[in-house]
Amino acid sequence: MSALPRAAELGLIACAVCGQVCRAVPGDPRLDGDSVGDAMACPRCGSTLRRRKPQSYARTWALLIAAFIMYIPANVLPIMRTASLNDIDDNTIISGVVELWVKGSPDLAIIVFTASIVVPMLKFLALGTLLVSSWRGSGWARVQRAKLYRLVELIGYWSMLDVFVVALLTALVRFSVLSLVEPLPGVIFFGLTVVLTMLAAMSFDPRLIWDGKDTDD
Amino acid sequence: MGTASPTTLLICEHCDTVYRRRPLGRGEVATCARCQAELERHHGLGVNALLALILTALIVFVQANMWPIVTLGLSGQLSGTTLWGVIIAMWREQAQVVSVLVAATLFFFPLMKMAMLGWLLWFARAGRRAPGFVRLMVALHYLGPWTMSEVFVLGALVAIVKAHAYFDVIPAPGIYAYAALTLLITILAGVDLRQLWDDVPERAA
Ligand SMILES: [Zn+2]
Repeated sequence: MSALPRAAELGLIACAVCGQVCRAVPGDPRLDGDSVGDAMACPRCGSTLRRRKPQSYARTWALLIAAFIMYIPANVLPIMRTASLNDIDDNTIISGVVELWVKGSPDLAIIVFTASIVVPMLKFLALGTLLVSSWRGSGWARVQRAKLYRLVELIGYWSMLDVFVVALLTALVRFSVLSLVEPLPGVIFFGLTVVLTMLAAMSFDPRLIWDGKDTDD
Repeated sequence: MGTASPTTLLICEHCDTVYRRRPLGRGEVATCARCQAELERHHGLGVNALLALILTALIVFVQANMWPIVTLGLSGQLSGTTLWGVIIAMWREQAQVVSVLVAATLFFFPLMKMAMLGWLLWFARAGRRAPGFVRLMVALHYLGPWTMSEVFVLGALVAIVKAHAYFDVIPAPGIYAYAALTLLITILAGVDLRQLWDDVPERAA
């Protein structure tokens, strides 16, 4: 569709940091992001100008895989120990959700389940799909994929919910004699998963979705 | 596109489509015709209103951090915790990674964000660029997604319900301050800070 010109066709480039529109030499390889060197700097904020986020595919894949590796111990290992006089109870993410459900607040259980299970899973699936389909230059459901990416960016950090819960409970209950709450390694892996998936989402360049063959556009 | 100068143009961050900028009416949002991402949004808040909002947020933030968030009643004893209590507890319990995450996303980054914005807006009121304008604007861009106060409010709610199974739990003033902070943050999130680049003339840098 010629009515919607893209920046590269007009010899323009948008600064990723401040949004400034700059004139760029068409086809300058330094602007493509994969060659390091003295690329152009934004005249307004001084950031390096790139047509695309640097090494978007490689970085996003690496961060996504690292996040997934962290996600396994995050779910398998317990995240919190609650100990009282007569029993010791190690909670995983899932058993925490179940407990919350049983103890009478199904609505909060659903929120925690969504934040700690559904959101990370959605991020793995969504970013994986985006990476593969953009790599193949697929024209399939472009608008929906663009929306999916924005959704991933928007909801990503809510997964931190359970980490904050464990931290608060630890601080709250640790001083009492009768009972004790301790964080266990699962919560550390979970925190790392959230940070890594956030970084993965940031290093993916949504413009790649539109870079393939312009078949149905 | 002929003679249009780059400042009258707008490029969609999500798909690189180029648009000619047009003035937005009250409450109007410009969206990208190709990918439907938001391009620009009109907000009615002037520099003074924004500054007032930031100062309010700062005051609420101080309260949210000084006051205990939740109080626990156990056999006549009351124990409460503040945000820094949480950070210190996690550090001592061998979860330093979590401690650093909590300190960064709930204390240092939000505080830096508000302080920087306050500084920039204070000078913008007089139509000037604050000392360090460019560097602070770039820093604000990178700080963007790393503040999580609103998640913490929900987390506190879940923690209260969980602890309620074993103890008497009383929400303390800090949690209300946090709730108010969340509201202020939500309003601020709707403001496109990049407009400061255009609003404040460059020569005074
Ligand atoms: Zn777009």
